Amino acid sequence: MSGQQSEQQQLLEQDMHKAKQAVEEAIAFAKSLGASAAECALSQSRGLSVDSRLGEVETVEFNQDGSLGITVYRGQSKGAAATADLNPDAVRAAVTKANDIARYTSQDPAAGLADAQLMAYDYPDLGLYFDANMDPQHAIDITKACEQAALDKDPRIINSDGANYSAHAGFRVYGNSHGFTGAYMSSRQSLSCVLIGKQGDVMERDYAYTLARDPSQLKRPEEVAAEAIEATVSRLGARSIDTCKVPVIFHRDVAHGLFGHLVAAISGGSLYRKSSFLLDSLHTQVLPSWLNIHEDPHIVGGLASSPFDHEGVRTQARDIVTAGELNTYLLTSYAARKLDMQTTGHAGGIHNWRVSHGDDDLAALCRRMGTGLLLTEVMGQGVNIVTGDYSRGAAGFWVENGELQYPVSEITIAGNLTQMLRSIVAIGNDIDPRHGIQTGSILLEQLSVAGN
Amino acid sequence: MHPEVSEHLLSRADMRLEDLEAGLAQLYQGSIDYADIYLQSSHHESWVLEDSIVKSGSFSIDRGLGVRAIEGEKTGFAYADDISIQALNQTSKAARGIAAAGQNKQVGQLNTTSARLLYLPDNPLSAWKEAQKIDILNAMDRHARKLDPRISEVTVSLSAVYEHILVVATDGTLATDIRPLVRLNCSVLAQQNGRRERGSAGGGGRFTYDYFTQKNERGQPRHFAFAEEAVRQALVNLEADEAPAGKMPVVLGAGWPGVLLHEAVGHGLEGDFNRKGSSAYAGKIGQQVAAKGCTIIDDGTLDNRRGSLTVDDEGTASQHNVLIEDGKLVGYMQDKLNARLMGMAPTGNGRRESFAHLPMPRMTNTYMLGGEHSSEEIIASVKHGIYAPHFAGGQVDITSGKFVFSASEAYLIENGKITRPIKGATLIGNGPASMQQVSMIGNDLALDEGVGVCGKDGQSVPVGVGQPTLKIDAMTVGGTG
Repeated sequence: MSGQQSEQQQLLEQDMHKAKQAVEEAIAFAKSLGASAAECALSQSRGLSVDSRLGEVETVEFNQDGSLGITVYRGQSKGAAATADLNPDAVRAAVTKANDIARYTSQDPAAGLADAQLMAYDYPDLGLYFDANMDPQHAIDITKACEQAALDKDPRIINSDGANYSAHAGFRVYGNSHGFTGAYMSSRQSLSCVLIGKQGDVMERDYAYTLARDPSQLKRPEEVAAEAIEATVSRLGARSIDTCKVPVIFHRDVAHGLFGHLVAAISGGSLYRKSSFLLDSLHTQVLPSWLNIHEDPHIVGGLASSPFDHEGVRTQARDIVTAGELNTYLLTSYAARKLDMQTTGHAGGIHNWRVSHGDDDLAALCRRMGTGLLLTEVMGQGVNIVTGDYSRGAAGFWVENGELQYPVSEITIAGNLTQMLRSIVAIGNDIDPRHGIQTGSILLEQLSVAGN
Repeated sequence: MHPEVSEHLLSRADMRLEDLEAGLAQLYQGSIDYADIYLQSSHHESWVLEDSIVKSGSFSIDRGLGVRAIEGEKTGFAYADDISIQALNQTSKAARGIAAAGQNKQVGQLNTTSARLLYLPDNPLSAWKEAQKIDILNAMDRHARKLDPRISEVTVSLSAVYEHILVVATDGTLATDIRPLVRLNCSVLAQQNGRRERGSAGGGGRFTYDYFTQKNERGQPRHFAFAEEAVRQALVNLEADEAPAGKMPVVLGAGWPGVLLHEAVGHGLEGDFNRKGSSAYAGKIGQQVAAKGCTIIDDGTLDNRRGSLTVDDEGTASQHNVLIEDGKLVGYMQDKLNARLMGMAPTGNGRRESFAHLPMPRMTNTYMLGGEHSSEEIIASVKHGIYAPHFAGGQVDITSGKFVFSASEAYLIENGKITRPIKGATLIGNGPASMQQVSMIGNDLALDEGVGVCGKDGQSVPVGVGQPTLKIDAMTVGGTG
C-alpha cells in the first residue's frame, strides 16, 4: 500500500467510521437501559466469487455481508442479540432484546468484560488490507486461464469441477463499555482449481489453491493448475493396504490439522469443562523436547494477525510451547475466570503460529521415514478432544525405502493424540504459508492403519 | 400466497407483489432463461445451560433478498440484507450483468404453488414464555445429574428458528412458506477413575417447544428421555475398550446411523454432480448400484420432520422421491437449474441456507425402507464384527465414492452376541461398493430424532435420515486394536 488511497479503501473507511459510531451508540443505548456493562462487535465484508467450468462462466456471485452483535450485562447476567440490519431502530431493537434476555439468564460469577487495563487502547496498524481486484471480468479471465491451463496438459484429466476466484475486503469493529473501540480493515483473495482424473473405471478428484491478503502474493493461475494436475493424477490407481502399524507423515496440506487439535485441547472452553485430553498439562511436556511453537499476532499482513482479540484485549507475542513444554493455555476472559487465571487474548482464536522445524524437505522426510505412509488427505470427524482418541479416514501414498510407491485410499488411521503429539519425530521445512498455523510436513513414529 | 408472509416480508417494506413482478420483468430479457427473487426473514434464539445455571441466551433477526439470473449454465447472483425496492433494483442489476441486455421477455402469469402444509405456522420463539424455556433447561440438568453420580458436567441447549420465505420466478412460480424449527440437546461428561467420556442426545423438528415436554412413544417426556440417553451413552463409553482395526462385518443400528445413506448414496445422487459427471453414480440410472432389497428414498413431505419442506427454496412442492428401488438407481435429486440442463423435472430438492446463498440440489429426509429381519437375527448372524447404534457424522468424496462416518457408540460382536463396548471408530467404504455389501435389512425402520445438519459448498441446511438395522458384510473399521 502506498500514498494515495483507492476509492475502494476510502469507501470501506467511511463505512468503518459509521460502524464505529453504530457500535458506540449501541453501547450507550445499552447503558441507558440500565446495563452494567455491554460489548458490541460489527463486521462487514464485500466482495465477489466467480466460478468457471469447462471454459464457461458458471456463477458470478456478489457478496455483501454484515452483522452487529451486542452482549448486555446486568450485573453478572448476560444476554446477546444480533442483527444484520444496521439501521438505528433495528440496532436499538437488538440491544433491547439482549437486555431483556439478561433478565432471564442466571448470575454467573465468571461473566463480564475483560479487564479494562488489558484493552488495546493503542493498537498497531498491521497492514491487513490490500486493494482486492473485484472486477468480475478479471475474475472470469483468471479462472478461465487457470482451468484452461489444467485441462490441456494431461489426458488423464477428463473433467473439471471448475476454477474459483474470490476476493473480499471488509472490517471488524469491537467496542465495550470500558470506553474501548477498535477497528481494522482486512482483505483476502484466493484462486482454486478442482480437477477430475480417471483411470479404468475409477475417478478421483483433487484441487490446488492459493490464498493471500496481498494480491501480488497469489500464485499464478498456471502454477495453481500445475499443482491441481499433479495432485489429481497422482491419486489415480489408488488401492487400500493391509491393516498395519507404521510410521506416518502428515503432508503439509493436512499437517496444521494436528496442531489444530492441540489448539482445541488447550483452549479455555475445553479446559474449564474438563473436556480435554490435556487437562492440567500446563508446564508439562506435551510435544518432543526439540519442538517450539511461537505465536506472533502482529506480523504485518499476516493471515491470522490481529491487533486485539474479540474482547478488545491487546494481543501479544507468546511462546506457546518451548522445548516441548506447554507455556500457556489459550484463554478468553471468561475461561480465565473459571480457571482462576488471566486471559491470554485468545477470544476468537489463535494468531499466526509458527512451528519449529528441521532442515528436511518432504523428500528427506520420506527417506527418514523409510517405509510407511505419506498422508495427503484426512476425512471425517473422528477426533475426540475429551479423550484424545483419534480415528479418521485417510488417503495418501505408500512409501518404501523413502520412495513413493503407489497411491493409497480407503484406509483409516487411528491413535491417541496425547501419544501422537509426543511421538512427532521430525517436521519438514516445507512450510504451508496459507494457514494461521504455519507448519511443514510432520513425521509421526507410528499409527494404526486399517485397510484390507 | 400466505397473507402473513406477504405482510411480514412485503407490507413492512412498503412493497407489493407487483414490485416483485416488475423486478422479474426487469431481469427477464435478452438471453436470460430464468430468474428468481427470494425474500426471507428469520428469527433465531438459543439458550444454554452449563454448570447448572443458564449462562447465556441470544437472539437474532436476519432479513434480506437474493436475486438470481440464469443464462444456460451461467448464474448471476446478488443479495442484500435489506428488503426494499432499492435493494431489489441494485441486486437485480448485478445479477443480470452476466448476460447482454436485450429484448424483454414475457414473465409467466404468477401461480401459487399448491402444496400440503406439513407443519403449523406457529412461532416457537413466542409460543413459550422465557421462564418456561429456562425451566426445561434446569429440569434436564437436575434429571441428568441425579441419574448417576459419575455425571460431572451437563450442558443443555435449546434453540429455535422461525422463518418466512417468499419466492417468485419468471416461470410463473409464486410460493411462500412459514418454517418453524426447534432443537434441544443435552451433553454430559461422565468421570470415573480419572477417565472422562462424553455422551450427548437430542432432537427436534418443525413444531414448537411443546414437543419436548410431550411424551414419546415409550410414555416418557422427551426432554427427560434426551437427558437419560446422553447419560447412558457417556456411561457406556466409560467402559469402552480399543476398537478393532481392519475389514469386518458391520451392523448399523436403526435411525440415525442412516447417515450411511446420506454419505454413501445421497450426495452422489444430487443432480449437480451428475450433470457435471463428477459423481461416482453419474450415468448409472437403471443400473444395480446397491444390493437387492435396498430401496432408498428422499422424502421432503413427512409431517413436522426436520428435513421436511412444504415447498423448496425455488418454490417447487417437495416430494417423495425414490432414488434407489430394490438396488436399482432410478432417480436423482434436482433443483430447477440442473433439472432443466439434464432434461428432467425438478424434484423439490432446490435448497439454500439463506437469501445470501445460491440454491442447489440438497437432500431432505433420506431413508431406506425396512426388510424382513429382526435386529436380533442380524446380530446373531455375525461371527466377528461390530455393532454401531450411534454416529457422530460423516463425509464423502462424491467423485471416488469414498465415504467415512464415525461411530459414537459401538460394540464388539463375537459369535453372534454383543460382548463389550468399544471406542468410537471411523468406518470407511466406497459408496456403490458398500451398498452392494448390504446383506441383511431389518424390519425396524426408524427415523432419527431430528438433529441432522448437512454441509455442502459452505452451506448448511437441516436434514433428516433413517434406516432399519442393516448388515454390511465388509467395511474397514478404524480402530487401534
